[in-house]
Amino acid sequence: MSATTAGALAPDTAIAGWRLRWRRFRRHRAGMVSLLVLGLLLVFVLAAWPLQTALGIDPNATDLLSRYEPPSALHWLGTDDAGRDELLRLMLGGQISLLVGALATVAGGVLGIAIGLLAGYFGGRADAFLMRFTDGVIALPLLPLLIVLGAVDLTKLGFSSEFAHSGAAAFWRVVIIIALFDWTSIARLVRAATLSVRERDYVRAARASGGRAGYVMRTHILPNIATPIIVAGTLTIGRVILFESVLSFLGFGIVPPTPSWGNMLNNAQELVTTAPALAIYPGLLIFLTVIAVNFLGDGLQHAFDPRSEG
Amino acid sequence: MGGYILRRAVQALVVLLVMSFIIYSLIGLMPGDPIDVMLSTMPNITPEQVAQMRHVYGLDQPLLLRYWHWLGAALRGDFGFSRLHAEPVLVVLGPALAQTCRLMLASFTLSVVLSLSLGVVAALRPGSWRDALIGFFAFAGISVPVFWLALVLILVFAVWLHWLPASGIATVGAGGFGDQLRHLVLPVVTLALAITGQFIRFVRASMIETLRMDHIRTARAKGAGERRVVLVHAFRNALIPVVTVMALSFGGLFSGALITETMFAQPGMGKMIYDAILGNDYNLALTGLLFATLVTLLSNLVADLAYAWLDPRIALR
Repeated sequence: MSATTAGALAPDTAIAGWRLRWRRFRRHRAGMVSLLVLGLLLVFVLAAWPLQTALGIDPNATDLLSRYEPPSALHWLGTDDAGRDELLRLMLGGQISLLVGALATVAGGVLGIAIGLLAGYFGGRADAFLMRFTDGVIALPLLPLLIVLGAVDLTKLGFSSEFAHSGAAAFWRVVIIIALFDWTSIARLVRAATLSVRERDYVRAARASGGRAGYVMRTHILPNIATPIIVAGTLTIGRVILFESVLSFLGFGIVPPTPSWGNMLNNAQELVTTAPALAIYPGLLIFLTVIAVNFLGDGLQHAFDPRSEG
Repeated sequence: MGGYILRRAVQALVVLLVMSFIIYSLIGLMPGDPIDVMLSTMPNITPEQVAQMRHVYGLDQPLLLRYWHWLGAALRGDFGFSRLHAEPVLVVLGPALAQTCRLMLASFTLSVVLSLSLGVVAALRPGSWRDALIGFFAFAGISVPVFWLALVLILVFAVWLHWLPASGIATVGAGGFGDQLRHLVLPVVTLALAITGQFIRFVRASMIETLRMDHIRTARAKGAGERRVVLVHAFRNALIPVVTVMALSFGGLFSGALITETMFAQPGMGKMIYDAILGNDYNLALTGLLFATLVTLLSNLVADLAYAWLDPRIALR
């Protein structure tokens, strides 16, 4: 009887908690505007497919006779340096940039949560070692290292030459190398949160009644530290999108013909003098996306932690 | 305190050593090897001769052994020869390091001044339109892709207005001090804007927290003027955590410096490392990365020690 009551009660209170948070979030104006902007951006990048069919353009087909055309009925934002439709490439590039942002954040998040949980839950030597390791990673010059990792020849790691030079390899490589470095803030946060939750009575009770470490972490600790993880994860997405864009811009990320907002600016020095608008669009979209994500994170923080000011 | 310094220094040294091995292995995974690069100028060479050359240069030895030899040479100050510059690596590195330090220090100073003033103004009236405006500026600074910010500044101030040069460090043939200064403006502003956003948020948060403390209330109760309360009682106390965070992020400036130097064609460490990786200049890339790591670790070490000095409780842990 008591078990069913507890079981029925828990989801209800959980839902009520989330409803409360949503109500607080709705009062955060910048957060709501950001949510709207991100929704519109998502519609924008997904519109690439219908628009492509409607206009009947291949966004990867180069046409050197129609470079840098001004906007027209067929090419709404004109064409780029290889005669490709700028608008379609902005939309498709956005899909890649957002996808990299989401995937690398999830991958880095899983890594960070695992390291933070282990360090916070077990403490002692494991904690000391993992946190020194985290400090070491934080202290590294990030971008130069990402560039070296982006330059690694995959055939020397035993991959086939065909795969090593494919677009898929470039995509996954960016996701993995960013995730390899951008887990530190989540790890530290999860550790701190775990340390404070670990000593609560219900966790002690769970451990005293024989709950295994994995079980206690999964059912008692993770759900209770979920909100700071969500906030930190949101902020990570913004950072990851910036990393992807700069890597692709420098030639070590997403490689053409696959467009990304970063690599559409590869020939920026030329664009600045010949077609300034093309030098503005991709960067403006990156900026808009990242600032919206950051304001969203701010709004979430506000909604999840009533004590936080502003 | 002495023990603490020693412990931190040893930790930094261990990280540097581990990183030297990781970077060494990674450089080995870059496309091609030194022999391939040499061969591109000698088409008539036989595979046997290639194998022989690999043997002479020790490239057929296991990784650990090669690293050990490299480490021995590096500790004696021999970092090899740069392929792109045809000079010893250390000769190329010196001026580049000086250039980057100049850029980083100038941007850092500008950013500290900007963020301290804006952060305090924002913290005085949280929720006001001034606070909102400064807050938006801070978020914009955090969210802007640095390379695109550089591009926009070039577009506006160099291409359209013709006020400032877009690249280089001096006009060829006519480089006075004023001219060099004009070449520094856009890179310094770009890099400074890129970090100011984060700093403003730290300053604002720290000021707001301090203004709520008891000693501020006491100062007000004793009749101290608002100016004195803010600048003397609050600001000085709010500075302690801010100084630490700022010092800690000095090393992180290096990533921004790489982008800025590449965009504005400044011959600093960042651009040098980038060009070395693009041009298969293995020795230069390896040594450049190591020095970049060293600079970052050193500035973190200094920040840690400064923090321990400001807040003695840290060293006891």
